[in-house]
Parts: sequence; structure tokens; C-alpha cells
Amino acid sequence: MKIAVLSGKGGTGKTLVSVNLAAATQTSVYIDCDVEEPNGYLFFRPEGVEEEEIAIKIPSVDEQLCNGCRICVDFCKFNALAYINGKLKIFNEVCHSCGGCILFCPEKALSEQDKVIGRVQKGTSENVTVNTGILNIGEASGIPIIKKLLNDILPGPEFIFIDCPPGSACIAMESIRDADYCILVAEPTLFGVHNFNMVYELVKLFDKPHGVVLNKCLEGKNPAEEFCLEKGIRILGRIPFDNELGLLNSNAQIAVRENENYKMLFSALLQIVTEEVQK
Amino acid sequence: MRIAIPVDEKSIDSSVCQSFGRAPYLLIYDTDSKASEFIDNKAAVSQGGAGIKAAQTVVDANISALLTPRCGENAAQVIKGASIKIYKTIDATALGNIKVFIDGELSLLDEIHPGFHGRGNR
Repeated sequence: MKIAVLSGKGGTGKTLVSVNLAAATQTSVYIDCDVEEPNGYLFFRPEGVEEEEIAIKIPSVDEQLCNGCRICVDFCKFNALAYINGKLKIFNEVCHSCGGCILFCPEKALSEQDKVIGRVQKGTSENVTVNTGILNIGEASGIPIIKKLLNDILPGPEFIFIDCPPGSACIAMESIRDADYCILVAEPTLFGVHNFNMVYELVKLFDKPHGVVLNKCLEGKNPAEEFCLEKGIRILGRIPFDNELGLLNSNAQIAVRENENYKMLFSALLQIVTEEVQK
Repeated sequence: MRIAIPVDEKSIDSSVCQSFGRAPYLLIYDTDSKASEFIDNKAAVSQGGAGIKAAQTVVDANISALLTPRCGENAAQVIKGASIKIYKTIDATALGNIKVFIDGELSLLDEIHPGFHGRGNR
């Protein structure tokens, strides 16, 4: 089963929840799709890491063949091409790699060229296979890296946890596309609830079964819990606002592997999630 | 000499548009014949790369100078690639800038911003 973990706001606890759930299984795969700032590997410290570069296709022009017809310039919806002073100019960072300019060029003056935008790392940490996507700084979109991470999943493992990017934009959509279940992590702040509502709308739009983990729970009112009760969203579990957990996390340690109470908490949560997915 | 100015309305008295790439119209003014022409800026509604497309439009209009309050990196590459000079507007209206340009009082735009790239005007 593929379980995506997401939250509207960054810093809510996606990585805490997905890393600890993965650690609580017999065996599982943890996939860090937060390619702009992946951090799951800091906790897992995977061994035997293999790395692969990820490239996208961008056009390259043969100036001998280009006759300045501008079909490519007019075709590009993103305006990644301009024709100035009798020469075609290509803006690589504006290109969305659709390949249309190459298809439409009547002179066959355009060809594909690889441009590396990041990399994927695969390693293991005890019972968990750790796959991490890393987007190079300055690149426009991490989607090709997320696609690679999710397409590479081999059949077999019972549990696959997808640590999603924050927010509800296209990179989050790409990350949950094939998920069987979505765990939404929420924190007890009004700002958190506002962004939580955005991912809640997203999983409803994608028609994904979902439930909520309330993180950083304190005594007293919890705006995120009130929101769940109001909307009738299933609450899967609660993680307390706890000094010891904070300390473990700040030291990049996995609570499940260090602390018996948290091993119990996340094992219980894993059981509940498993039952929810099989419903 | 033909010059271009991004404008909000189809009038020589129009205000200068604060965005070059997303300006609704591009005024092409001929300082010799004093004729003005307004081009609909198709780049204004594009998903991305508006500056590149607007720059292509003014390059194709065969101008020698662009008068604009701001210009992004990509647009500037196209404009400068066509050996067109970019001047910074100092007056609120198109006509006002044309007058000071003819008097030689406009200076070159030295601050090229990195572009907004879908993040709106900030």
C-alpha cells in the first residue's frame, strides 16, 4: 500500500510521521518527494547509497539548418524561444520540456539535449529502503524527479510511505497521484488550519481516502481538531507536544528506534492506518 | 528613430505601464514622422515568458530604443541581443517620456530585475 503523508504548512510534522511510521514496520520503503529540501535521509542515514542523475529534455538549435520561419517561437506557450538578429535564442529555464518545438520544426533544426536538474539517491537503513529526490537549486520544477521516484517503485513491499512536499501545488499533486491513502498532518495553530484546509480540499478533489494525525497536541483548545470534528474528518492519532520527542527529532534520531513509548504510539498508528487503507 | 513604450491605454497621453512584459499595449513612436502606433501585447496573457514575447514584439517592430520603468532579465537579453538600448522612464505619461527622450534627458536602465516568473507583481 502506498501511503502519502502531506500537510499544507511546512514544519507541521510530515517527515516526523512518515519516517517513524516507516521505522515502525517490519520492512518498508520511504520515499522523500520533498525534493526542494529533502530531510528524511538525515534521520535514516541510509547506507549503500546509489545515486542517479535526473535530466530533462531541452531543445538545441543547429543554426545551419534554421531558416528563421519562427514556427517554434509561435508554438511555445511558455515563450521559451525568441528569434533575434537572424538567430534563434532558447531560454532553457523557461522551457517546460514539452518537445513541441522539435516536432514542429520543418527544417529539423531543433534536437533534444539533456539538462540535469537533480538526482535520486537510494540506500537502506535497517528495515527501511530510503529513496530521496534532490532538485538542484534554481530549477523551476521538481516534477520530473518525483515522477522518477514513484515510477521506480518495485512491486512487493507492503508499505510505501511518500513524504510529500508542503503545500497543495502541482508537486504535491504529483506526489499523491498514485497513493492508496493520504495521511494529513495538522498542527494546533490557526495558520496551520488554514493551510491544512487547502490539502484537505486537494485530497477530496483527488478522491483519496484520508485521515488526520494531530501533531504538537497541547492541553486546551486545538483549532485543527475542531476543524476535523466540524468537517467529519477521521482522526487517526495524536502526537503530544513533548520535549523528549523534540529533542530526539532535533538530534536527527528516529523516535521509534530510541524510545519505547513512541515505538508503541507509532505502531498503534500504523495499525490504525493499515485498517483504514483496507476498508 | 522608432521607440517603444509599454502603455496602459491606446493614447499618447496614456500612463506608462509599470510592467513591460504584461503591458496591455505597446506604443511604437516615430520621432521623425511623429506617428504613433499601438500594438496589442499578446504576451500580456501568456502563461509564462511574457517578457520574452513582448521583447520579440518590439524587436520585430524595428525600434532603436525601449523606454520602460522596469525590465526583466530575459526580456533584456532579447532587447540587447537586437542591439536596442533600454532607457528608464521618469515621467508618468508616454508623451512626457517621449519629450524628455528627444531632449536627451533619459538615462539607460541599469537595474535589470531577475523577473517575476509567475509570482505576480511585487
